[in-house]
Amino acid sequence: MTKHRLFWPAAVLAALLLANVAFTPDFFAVRIKDGHLYGSLIDILHFGAPLILVALGMTLVIATGGIDLSVGSTVAIAGALACLHISESADPGGLGTVLTAAGLALLVALVLGSVNGFLVSRVGVQPIIATLILMVAGRGVAQLVTDGQIITVTSGPFQLIGGGYWLTVPFAVVLAAAMVLLTALLTRSTALGMLLESVGGNPVASRLVGIRAQRLIALVYVFSAVCAAVAGLMISSNVSAADGNNAGLWIELDAILAVVIGGTSLAGGRFSLGGTVLGALVIQTLATTIYTIGVPPETTLVFKAVVVIAVCLVQSPKFRAKLSHRRRSGARRGSRSESAAPANLEVGR
Amino acid sequence: MNATLSRRLREHVPLLVTALLLVTMFSVGSVSYQGFFSGQVLLNLLIDNAFLLVVAVGMTFVILSGGIDLSVGAVVALSTMVSAALVEHHHWPILAVVPLVLAIGAGAGWVMGWVIHTFEIQPFIVTLAGMFLARGLCYTISVESISITDSGYTSMAQARIPLPGGMFVSPSAVIALLVVVAAFVLLHHTRWGRNVYALGGSEQSALLMGLPVARTKIGVYAVSGFCSALGGVLLTFYMLSGYGLHAVGLELDAIAAVVIGGTLLTGGTGYVLGTVLGVLVLGLIQTVISFQGTLSSWWTRIVIGALLFVFIVLQRLTALRRRA
Repeated sequence: MTKHRLFWPAAVLAALLLANVAFTPDFFAVRIKDGHLYGSLIDILHFGAPLILVALGMTLVIATGGIDLSVGSTVAIAGALACLHISESADPGGLGTVLTAAGLALLVALVLGSVNGFLVSRVGVQPIIATLILMVAGRGVAQLVTDGQIITVTSGPFQLIGGGYWLTVPFAVVLAAAMVLLTALLTRSTALGMLLESVGGNPVASRLVGIRAQRLIALVYVFSAVCAAVAGLMISSNVSAADGNNAGLWIELDAILAVVIGGTSLAGGRFSLGGTVLGALVIQTLATTIYTIGVPPETTLVFKAVVVIAVCLVQSPKFRAKLSHRRRSGARRGSRSESAAPANLEVGR
Repeated sequence: MNATLSRRLREHVPLLVTALLLVTMFSVGSVSYQGFFSGQVLLNLLIDNAFLLVVAVGMTFVILSGGIDLSVGAVVALSTMVSAALVEHHHWPILAVVPLVLAIGAGAGWVMGWVIHTFEIQPFIVTLAGMFLARGLCYTISVESISITDSGYTSMAQARIPLPGGMFVSPSAVIALLVVVAAFVLLHHTRWGRNVYALGGSEQSALLMGLPVARTKIGVYAVSGFCSALGGVLLTFYMLSGYGLHAVGLELDAIAAVVIGGTLLTGGTGYVLGTVLGVLVLGLIQTVISFQGTLSSWWTRIVIGALLFVFIVLQRLTALRRRA
């Protein structure tokens, strides 16, 4: 069972959830109030939905051996544009206005993603640097859109995206689940997932077998930006405001962390959407846990750092080799000293 | 023009473009704004960006070796925080605090370099973890900003070294220039410096040539950590406070300065003096925007992003042509 690649992320999540019960005994309680589901577990899903989306896009980018640092800025730009459109329209509560706003945000995300994709696939810039440009400039653009202010909107349909409920479940959770399922279908029921892994595993070999790597790579950056834009809509809708400075701040790091915890290798070549969802939930649960324990929330960063290092070390072939070497040599030493006992030979195996 | 000369010229193209950009920006600023054309405006660039200059010099080493260090901003913040906490809460003398902070920075860089080299993990993820850790440690010291009232620090903050013509510089600017000189000598005139270039050119070849790859690689991150800590000390003088949110995004500014200064992101080619030009360009953008008055400060980030875009595309184009 421990061999299954979702085992470790799931185990960590379960351990974190159980740890919470020690502090809040009714942690697992889910009750229905006013026709909505309430409870800590629902909160984790609800507030984790944007992160799941961003991490979803990030997973595919990382599967091709790339990285997208610009998602945080895309979150901010998407939220800012949508809120600006709604606040300036004559009918902020109208469904048409909100759909146009969401469409506008997604359209801009398409453009931003294409810029990243173009830089990485056509110009050949390293992904970290190519997306760094948008990460730097994007915050400025978001500030420009909001004119440095926090735009607040009052719009029922818009509020539904991030803060509303649909059939007792938070709408954001439904939206995130739908996106995850759609992506899983697209990548695992068609050849797309395998092609992405192939490009990430060995770009040259992929090109030689006839895969259009450039187009695929550009595509994943566009997809990542669109996911980030939807997350941006959720975040700004949840608070009914757009904050160019703080919306989606550090979300790129959380997303990368979620992907890494989920067992997707940063070197590219294989990915696990289920792992990413678990990873995102681990991070959200960690944040919740820290709030419930009463540690200053800012120190979450220290825990995250420890988790990143631990996960990366476990993923590193060198580290594994050193560890197993040490274990093997230790076992050999042990069996040599007690070579009379044949039962000890089991240890070395 | 013979082949070697033209190749050498082409290697300098990004550097020349940056120098030209700097001169153009300064001339346009001088023509457009009253009081822009003065030596003091140039000196203020140095005074206001002394910490960025020091951090960017450290980043130059890392990028030249083919790596990247995302932890610099966080190490700067940690340095301001440690300095402020020790000086204000424990009343340590400034002469004890500064060496300790520098040692912490160099040590942190050394550890990151060691992890990168020993376990062959990508530099960006290790330094990302370092960034989380350093920012998080800031908050374990204090969530709030700590302001400094110590007389040693305030006198350092206010000290001005007069220059002829009524101009002046701050001690921080002088320290930053000394760091540039030291880095120049280290990088261009020592064996270790050549090793850094060799490592950035091709790690495989460097290894086969018998160069001390491990020592060089770990050393590069230690230098960057040291420079970040020194940058943090200078920022403490400048801000007279320690805060976990100081220098957010500084790593991006530092990378931008290095790239605009003509250092190749793939490593192996670049100059410390180019980084100085890069920092001056970034500083000048801010100066022009503040002189303009009507433009909001977030234009700075957009312009930096646009410049980064242009220079990276320029780098790729020259690299492609060289290969062809």
